[in-house]
Amino acid sequence: MTHAMTTLTLRVNGEDHTVAFPAHHTLLEVLRERCGLTGTKHGCELGECGTCTVLVDGRAVLSCLMLAVETEDRSIETVEGLMDGNRLHPLQAAFADLGAAQCGYCTPGVLMTSKALLEADGDPSEAEIREALSGNLCRCTGYHKIVQAVLWAAARLRGEDSAPSAEVFYGSPPPGQEASSSSSSEAHDDD
Amino acid sequence: MTEPRAALNLIGKPFRRVDGRAKVTGQTRFADDLTFPRMCFMRLHRSTVPHARIVEIHLEKAEKMPGVLGFLTGEDLPVSFGILPMSRDEHGLAVGKVRYVGDPVVAVAALTEEQAEAAARAVEIEYEPLATISSVEEALANPEPRIHEHGSGGNLHRKKSMIFGDLEQGFEEADVIFEDTLFYGGNTHLAMEQHASVAVPEDDERVTLYSSTQIPHYVHRALARVLELPASRVRVVACPNGGGFGGKSDIMNHEIVTAKMALVLGRPVKISLTREEVFYCHRGRHPMLMHLRTGFGKDGSLKAQHLKTALDGGAYSSYGVASTLYAGALQTATYELPRYRFDTLRAFTNKPPCGPKRGHGTPQPRFGYEVHLDKAAHALGIDPADLRLRNLAPAGLITANWLQLSSVGLGRCIEAVVEGSGWRRRYGKLPHGRGLGLACGAYICGVGLPLYRGEMPHSGVQLKLDRSGGVAVFCGQAEIGQGSDSVLAAIVAEVLGIELADIRLVVADTDLTPVEFGSYASRVTVMMGNAAYDGAQRARELIATAVAERFEVDSERLVFAESRVFDAEDPEKGLSFAAAVAIAETRFGTLGTTGSYRPPTPPGRFQGSGVGPSPTYSYSAAVIEVEVDPATGLFDVEHVWIAHDIGRCINPALVVGQVEGSVYMGLGEVMMEEQAFRRLPPRLSGALVHKTPSLLEYKSPTFRDVPPVTTYLIEEPDPAGPFGAKEVGQGPLLPIPPAAANAVFDAVGVRVDQVPIHPHMILRALEDKARGKEGRFGPAAFPDVDFPRNLIVPTPAEGGDGTALNDPRSQKQAGRQAAKEKPSAASAPV
Ligand code: FES
Ligand code: FES
Repeated sequence: MTHAMTTLTLRVNGEDHTVAFPAHHTLLEVLRERCGLTGTKHGCELGECGTCTVLVDGRAVLSCLMLAVETEDRSIETVEGLMDGNRLHPLQAAFADLGAAQCGYCTPGVLMTSKALLEADGDPSEAEIREALSGNLCRCTGYHKIVQAVLWAAARLRGEDSAPSAEVFYGSPPPGQEASSSSSSEAHDDD
Repeated sequence: MTEPRAALNLIGKPFRRVDGRAKVTGQTRFADDLTFPRMCFMRLHRSTVPHARIVEIHLEKAEKMPGVLGFLTGEDLPVSFGILPMSRDEHGLAVGKVRYVGDPVVAVAALTEEQAEAAARAVEIEYEPLATISSVEEALANPEPRIHEHGSGGNLHRKKSMIFGDLEQGFEEADVIFEDTLFYGGNTHLAMEQHASVAVPEDDERVTLYSSTQIPHYVHRALARVLELPASRVRVVACPNGGGFGGKSDIMNHEIVTAKMALVLGRPVKISLTREEVFYCHRGRHPMLMHLRTGFGKDGSLKAQHLKTALDGGAYSSYGVASTLYAGALQTATYELPRYRFDTLRAFTNKPPCGPKRGHGTPQPRFGYEVHLDKAAHALGIDPADLRLRNLAPAGLITANWLQLSSVGLGRCIEAVVEGSGWRRRYGKLPHGRGLGLACGAYICGVGLPLYRGEMPHSGVQLKLDRSGGVAVFCGQAEIGQGSDSVLAAIVAEVLGIELADIRLVVADTDLTPVEFGSYASRVTVMMGNAAYDGAQRARELIATAVAERFEVDSERLVFAESRVFDAEDPEKGLSFAAAVAIAETRFGTLGTTGSYRPPTPPGRFQGSGVGPSPTYSYSAAVIEVEVDPATGLFDVEHVWIAHDIGRCINPALVVGQVEGSVYMGLGEVMMEEQAFRRLPPRLSGALVHKTPSLLEYKSPTFRDVPPVTTYLIEEPDPAGPFGAKEVGQGPLLPIPPAAANAVFDAVGVRVDQVPIHPHMILRALEDKARGKEGRFGPAAFPDVDFPRNLIVPTPAEGGDGTALNDPRSQKQAGRQAAKEKPSAASAPV
């Protein structure tokens, strides 16, 4: 069982990676195992969970379902390419500050799907965010913090100086009881 | 350990989790992200039959496959293991027989993962099939052939009965008695990360295992035992887990086998499980049949309860002995129940082993109890919220089954969700098809006894400080996504008055970090947190002593805040934290402190009293609003109001996240999630197989399936927790399934007494009602089982002393101790 090897140059996050790999390997496998970019995760390798999402020419794709050979001459973006120098992308900062990444395993895929969404529509509604992300499973967050983080990042990318409401950080003040320490958010809004 | 200091710098305010940046940049290294020079890959050949004797293993074809480096079979790993010392019934690879489809039989290592996979597929095994057991009922009816040779006889793993107090008297005092039979289906954790392990041989006879595990300490112990190496030669590093929920809190076959393979081959070996294999590892929610019989006064006061539970355990023991007891241990923690009887059994079946999933053994009886109470409230004409409020367990109560409660914020939780949901004006008054349901829950914040005997600390933390002002914190705890690292860092930073950025964590490495039992039983915040508090407090005292001498002030007057140490009465008089540490380093030499935690000895001393005790308990209450379509039975959850008694938030943003995640998982369980099995027709081998071992087929909620959630955090600092904190990772799941079921009743007037609730069940119940019947879908009866050897334990109110009247073991112990004239020992773990 020896497989024909292909040698190919992939353009990942603007950098060229010339790699040799069995021709039937998926983009997921080649990114993780040949390019050393392990930021992209997998939850099924069958196209069922969205964990492996990366962008190919700006479109969110499941890297476990795409052959690496299909990506020649196309631009691939992964979670490793989101930062600007040492500065977090607003999506990354919002996810970190809200706890929208709990275990963080679904996070790279969710971030990439969100990035594709925000590039297509800078002001999505909550329903549109849920629709766009409905192929990404997350077992930790119940999805709420993710939606709030995407809304926050979208606002910041539009140049608005907004922050999520205090409820997002503290929960709602228990009705009929003296409120807990719900001063407004003090979370840092950048990296 | 409630902090008397007036102002907290960090605790109670939202902060970015300390591992947050790594998680959003792809820098977090999960187990499958690791590579080592010369690393090879391992795959497991798993059983294709549910129950059979292994006649012969044929490796001939597989051996000829390209790239193959080696094989292991059961013979290579003869020593058994198991998370609980009294039920070590697992082997790395099957020895003699297989017990479920998915049981690992042969391990193959090869140069590439594909080669290993191809060789594993080429392995051939001759089996002699045995009859299979698929349910508790079948296990009771078929004692032979036995799945295991140990247990309570036949195919029963465990059978136990405990009577707390004069039950007959309790039922006599009751004005009315209600009975219900309910069922809770099995489901699985479904963490997004598939388990992975990498084993690296080092020097002679030493091995390091990197693994996605919640319990590096127990994996360490098991590896030493099975590999027959001194524990000092085995190192286990828990990588950050891509979600756990209990699914990585057991010792897994592949962890054992990977380490063995690395030692045999003398090179690093990696295994990364497929999603299908993760379904076979399981250790998830036990399917549980329950029967409740409860006596009430006319005013709704609880008089006595008799709970019976039957657990479908799957093919191995896992945590089963504990699960069996958790199926009843926490019933008494929410409402004051003066007398209580609990009968429980766990059956072995030819399915993947069940174990602890978020709430470990308690969401099922909690579902039973809260639905049962809802029905009782209706029958008694009492508002379900009032019925609960009238029976609230008071703070500090020792319950009928000898749990020592600490603070109880349940009343405030109920009031918050009742107010928030508009319960008083809306409950019972919404149009047909809309409904509200209420339920509560309680959960442990750690465990009173370790999983193995001993008086050593359950949690340990070490601090290293030096003149840089940086503090390194070493702790054996595993970060599984819940925020363990952030709790650890925040407590140390708070005590020392420094910033999170000045703290470096080294966690979950059995060579480098002090023993911590791990991330299970919601023990991290309270148990690890108290150890961290202890260690940081000692460091603070060292620094304060040295600084006080230098400044000639009373050390009590020194404040540690804003990265400074200064005189409370003259804040100008002070110095930076780094300079303060330098003074202490000058005074005492190289600095380091330790902190440890051992929970208080629980008051119960009967056999089985090890399950249930906790330093304190968290409480939750929820109201759920549903919309049910009576024509189709389809139902939607429209809104969830949940209040959680957190004691005190370390980081409220993460607490809210844990509540939301628990609510989501509870909704998944009540609406769709199902670990289901079926027998193939005889022409297809008749095997008992998992119906849905894929993420597509195993339905779980997506972004579009979750309703809005309103979260109220009830803060009432608890003396048992660090800064008053309690758990939040598991408790908030508990009220969700029963609140949804109760809401369905309010919406359409019928009961579905089981989980998950499928539309056809609602329809059947509606049809049943239309025919003038009860309007119920659910199990008919609890099997007729004899629970002969009752343990009889007088309650605290009856003047009991925590022992059983007829505990054979404690009588033996008492005899021995009387002979030796020694004080009586605490009861054994679980
Ligand atoms: S790993 Fe690609 S969709 Fe699950
Ligand atoms: S954060 Fe854990 S799966 Fe999404």
